[in-house]
Amino acid sequence: MDAFDLARWQFAITTIFHFFFVPLSIGLAFITAIMQTAWYRTKDPAYLRMTRFWGKLFLINFALGVVTGIVQEFQFGMNWSTYSRFVGDIFGAPLAIEGLLAFFLESTFLGLWIFGWNRLPPRIHLATIWLVAIGTGLSAFFILAANAWMQHPVGYEINPETGRAELQDIMAMLTNVTAWSHFAHTMLAALLTGGMFVIGVSAYHLRRKQETVIFRRSMTIALVISLFASLGVAFSGHFQAQLVAQQQPMKTASAEALWETEQGAGFSLFAVGDVENGRNHINIQLPNMLSVLTTNTWNGEVRGINDIQAEYERRFGPGSYIPVVGVIYWTFRLMVGAGLLMILISVVGLWLLRKGTLEDATWYLRLAPFAIALPYLANSTGWIMTEMGRQPWVVFGVMLTRDALSTSVGAGFVLTTLIGFTVIYGLLSVVDVYLLSRFARSEPPEVTEPSAEPALVY
Amino acid sequence: MDQGYLNLETLWFALIGVLWIGYFFLEGFDFGVGILLPFIGRDEVDRRILVNTIGPVWDGNEVWLIVAGGATFAAFPEWYATLFSGFYLALFLILAALIFRGVAFEFRGKDKHPEWARWWDRAIFWGSAVPALLWGVAWANILQGVPIDANKEFVGTFFDLLNPYALLGGVTSLLLFTLHGGVFVALKTDTELQLRARRAAKVLALPATVSVLGFLTWTFVNARGNDGVVPGVVPISALIAVAAVEWLLREKLDGWAFVATGLSIVLITATIFLNLYPRVMPSSITEANDLTIWNAASTHYTLTVMTVVAAIFTPIVLLYQGWTYWVFRKRIRRADAEGGSGSPGLGAGPAGDGEAPSPA
Repeated sequence: MDAFDLARWQFAITTIFHFFFVPLSIGLAFITAIMQTAWYRTKDPAYLRMTRFWGKLFLINFALGVVTGIVQEFQFGMNWSTYSRFVGDIFGAPLAIEGLLAFFLESTFLGLWIFGWNRLPPRIHLATIWLVAIGTGLSAFFILAANAWMQHPVGYEINPETGRAELQDIMAMLTNVTAWSHFAHTMLAALLTGGMFVIGVSAYHLRRKQETVIFRRSMTIALVISLFASLGVAFSGHFQAQLVAQQQPMKTASAEALWETEQGAGFSLFAVGDVENGRNHINIQLPNMLSVLTTNTWNGEVRGINDIQAEYERRFGPGSYIPVVGVIYWTFRLMVGAGLLMILISVVGLWLLRKGTLEDATWYLRLAPFAIALPYLANSTGWIMTEMGRQPWVVFGVMLTRDALSTSVGAGFVLTTLIGFTVIYGLLSVVDVYLLSRFARSEPPEVTEPSAEPALVY
Repeated sequence: MDQGYLNLETLWFALIGVLWIGYFFLEGFDFGVGILLPFIGRDEVDRRILVNTIGPVWDGNEVWLIVAGGATFAAFPEWYATLFSGFYLALFLILAALIFRGVAFEFRGKDKHPEWARWWDRAIFWGSAVPALLWGVAWANILQGVPIDANKEFVGTFFDLLNPYALLGGVTSLLLFTLHGGVFVALKTDTELQLRARRAAKVLALPATVSVLGFLTWTFVNARGNDGVVPGVVPISALIAVAAVEWLLREKLDGWAFVATGLSIVLITATIFLNLYPRVMPSSITEANDLTIWNAASTHYTLTVMTVVAAIFTPIVLLYQGWTYWVFRKRIRRADAEGGSGSPGLGAGPAGDGEAPSPA
């Protein structure tokens, strides 16, 4: 492995790890805020206990999202300095704005929320958790706007004198349809992650008949959120897939292992590819479904990998413009599969709830905790598909990933930090899972009023 | 090219300077609290009080760094790229330290096993001491100049960064932040812990002053050969401020002592930026390779956009962060903390109703 491969592995590991924590933080921020709002409105202590219980899990998880986020802010300069020089005029702005608008908001009001229970009036204290939740959303928007520019660059020009990309129109960047499509899909996925987490943990307690009032209510809120969020993820995902088919047809073709351009293309369910020769050994399909999904017509044309490769060679020069088809194909299927399962889990749960038999449905309560893995699977595979599907480009059609690397950093350095970050993140994830599972299985704290707070919080 | 002071490049250079000043002033004391934790925290109650003095604010303080990083990326991409790829391993060590430190605050109270908190306390100590030292090393190197070639790439090695001037810079930041933290603890606690913090600060005051004197003198000698601003009154005031700390503490003027340590940090950071201007990363190879606010900057359009955003949102941020310090202005009293013999969930009653620390 050379510095390039090592740097790519490092980005993949640090970013996937970071995004392991972020969606749950966003989802739980909103769910905790909803519960505290219910307590504020009704003054029912059960809602306060719910707020404290889920809030504690939120905080354990949030800490890791924050500290792994610091690395994100600096690693573009560390490993990808040529990229940073080339796009800094454009890419730096959303990062700086994210810090100024979102990170200050989140961190400051989170401190106020954690430590302010008996120092702030209830209404102000409630506002702090909502501001944290809004902060997580703002943060998501700006970083996704930055990523969307890499997927579908808009509002820029290449300065022939300096050879750098220069921003021409910030509004074009912030209204990039790719950014908003990313944002909708990601925020809904985050809510779904929070929802599935609460469903799983509540099911664990309900099966043991512990604190049934608390966990019945938590379960109800989470099921409703999960149903809307999972359906929303599916619709926004469909919209996004159509957008990708226009903007990055190679990604779509790879996700479908579609080698030749077809009219009335089928949706592949299971394929074994022959990458060398650009064809499939086995391909089980739903006839015409891919055309329907991407073009909204029965016999619409969907372009194949070999055709797009030929076109890109004409446009961009010789070289392979084909991503790792097997990875794109299977990550897409895992993501969609996990998403569909989550819709099913939400529907079944709500149906049982409506029938009034949810708490006796041992099979459901037994399975639900395992379903917590589903949003993580979908979040990670979704991003692997999105980012690896853009390869070999770092900025689609503008800059190759291979040209983005730091020139002054040797492979030994990259390897050192790769091992370093992997070990640190590995250790912390063990601690995080230990703490989350311990506190998730513990009983909600006995609080009836917020003033019954210890003088020391940490 | 416009060489006056009224241009966006100068404005953003100044803004990034302000972000680093804010970062070192704020995170300076919470690094100091972390460094002093094993020395003045004699028992678990003490250590919890210490962590709680910075509990509500450390994360917000750290955001100053993240925004400084983001603003550098946006306004001076070449600076961002050269600095972070060049100071690669040093930055990795800082990031690793900040990672462990950040989770330690949140995790240390989450398990009853006595060894659990001990391990996270070690993380807090090292996670505070390492960046407190390395930030000084890094900034001294930036100011002194590092090998940068004509392609704006760092061509030195990790060990080039460990030169005597830079190490003195590191010792200075380490001592100054620790002193700043000690005075902060004296302001935020009572009884034995407060006395120990004040004593620690008194012990640190002289070495910190000597170190500041040495660093600023060396900086002045270096500075005479370059085209940066040599700001006489600023470093001299920084030195006077830190020299006054010992006396202020002896007179029990803790509030003023905190102003003095803070002022010293602010003015030393300002000295570095004034001395750099208009360069952002001088090259030790040849002046022609210097990164300056002109050849490292983003386009006028991007700087304009960023200026508008900063003009609107910076006052709002300052307002609510200031308000947070107001909300948590009270001391943490040992008697309140002991209400629950140090275990979470037991100590009842209002948390600290003492007087607000004021510089008077």
